[in-house]
Amino acid sequence: MLEKVKHIILVLSGKGGVGKSTVSTQLALTLSESKFKVGLLDIDLCGPSVPYLLGLEGHDVHQCEEGWVPVYTNADKNLAVMSIGFLLKNRTDAVIWRGPKKTAMIKQFLEDVAWEDLDYLIIDTPPGTSDEHITVMECLKAVNADGAIIVTTPQEMALEDVRKEVTFCKKTGINIIGIVENMSGFVCPNCTECTNIFSSGGGVALAELAKVPHLGTLPIDPRVGALAGSGKACVKELPDCTTSKILQSIADNISAEKS
Amino acid sequence: MSAPEVENKPADAPEHCPGTESENAGKASACAGCPNQQICATGPKGPDPSIALVKEKLKEVRNKILVLSGKGGVGKSTVTALLSRAMAQLNPERNYGVLDVDICGPSQPRVLGVLGEQVHQSGSGWSPVYVEDNLSLMSIGFLLGSPDDAIIWRGPKKNGMIRQFLTEVDWGQLDYLVLDTPPGTSDEHLSATTFLKETDGNWGAVLVTTPQEVALLDVRKEITFCKKMGIPVVGVVENMSVFVCPKCTTESDIFPAKTGGAEKMCEEMEVAYLGKLPLDPRLAKCCDEGKDFITEHSKSPTVIALHQIVAKVQDFFD
Repeated sequence: MLEKVKHIILVLSGKGGVGKSTVSTQLALTLSESKFKVGLLDIDLCGPSVPYLLGLEGHDVHQCEEGWVPVYTNADKNLAVMSIGFLLKNRTDAVIWRGPKKTAMIKQFLEDVAWEDLDYLIIDTPPGTSDEHITVMECLKAVNADGAIIVTTPQEMALEDVRKEVTFCKKTGINIIGIVENMSGFVCPNCTECTNIFSSGGGVALAELAKVPHLGTLPIDPRVGALAGSGKACVKELPDCTTSKILQSIADNISAEKS
Repeated sequence: MSAPEVENKPADAPEHCPGTESENAGKASACAGCPNQQICATGPKGPDPSIALVKEKLKEVRNKILVLSGKGGVGKSTVTALLSRAMAQLNPERNYGVLDVDICGPSQPRVLGVLGEQVHQSGSGWSPVYVEDNLSLMSIGFLLGSPDDAIIWRGPKKNGMIRQFLTEVDWGQLDYLVLDTPPGTSDEHLSATTFLKETDGNWGAVLVTTPQEVALLDVRKEITFCKKMGIPVVGVVENMSVFVCPKCTTESDIFPAKTGGAEKMCEEMEVAYLGKLPLDPRLAKCCDEGKDFITEHSKSPTVIALHQIVAKVQDFFD
């Protein structure tokens, strides 16, 4: 399983809607802009967001001798993507499955996708600490994954669930690469007043408490939000924004550590 | 790969599996060679006996509202708390209950300001925690030793917990029981739906979304879920819709509705649109601190919008 993959990184959060898929897709795009071969696997089966965010809705997965051929974002084939979204006939279709079927699907994604040689495989997950997470953790024990990036927003309500995800990682022996604080502060485009809509600093505090690195704090930037659906890399389109700088530093951090 | 469908067969079942609840389970021709044949042929058949227990236990609960969303972090728990608090304040003579079925990420104890409270056992079952005289709450959050404790459970254990919440909590007589759910269309949703479907009284789903397409995408799936499972849809609430700068009052779309937002999606999916709740940073703060936003900031546009939504929800049930 995954013999051709050099590094595996999980993107986790106990909380939903904090930006796991945005961080996963933008990190994958950042690494691929740095000339790495990257794979992105979406194991959120009930709410797959990756095909939409990368502008790949409507693409099909084909079968080859080695297994399922992932969808590539361009002809250079430096970003390969797999998601249950590619297997649904209609974008309103619901995947109404209990745990065992979800587990079987994730095992298939890990075992049967014909990834070419990859420098990095990024795995985007649903919120929670249940079937999907237990399955991926058990499967990856055999292949020695690099660890997990945990995404949170700054307010207590999100942190409460994210603390549980940290416990999950510690209990199951998943290395925590670090915590990203997303949606921290919004700068009014008219008067430049910064409002901390969902509070601020919570991710930094959690990183300190859990004794894991703080990878960066991302503001609410509607220009980054507007890239959703385009498949464009933030680091390329908006090279000067804070989000790009932090994405680049996370990518550098990961690649420096591993090479 | 075949299109996903409502599941009542195991992952390793043969193609023409009759379903584990079928009269023919373990006996149909397709069952020959299935690894589960023995279990199906000998196990008890028919619907889960707990369904009848739930029906008995909830017979004094008039209306049940499921608060759903395919997407996480859109405000299901916030809307659950606002809706329950608003209804309880408007009708002091009526009783309301909140059940948090988000097992892995329970938020209700914090949002309703009863973090750290204990659930007590009485002769007639678990007593829920009372937030107000006419508003009670049950959540797995009350059963955890520390806020860091993670519930690392697969489906069956989560389902067992939900069954216990519905059969062993002493809710008493309630006008409304509001269920806060986790994101998705999986175990928790199937279990809650299966149990509530057979109960007396009315039920319906309130769906919560934010305006941007990446959230609407998952909410459409949740509407499909409701239609397939036969859950009446009360309507959709659009949360975090517009942000007003507290300094210069400029309006900003934090989560831009590039595809027309919830209102347009409701037209497409043929469900009712209940209204939008503007993004007020004071609401996020109240949720973190467990304060009652409705009385603390009664003039906020979010509270005014909320009352219109509450009226529509009550109309649906009355």
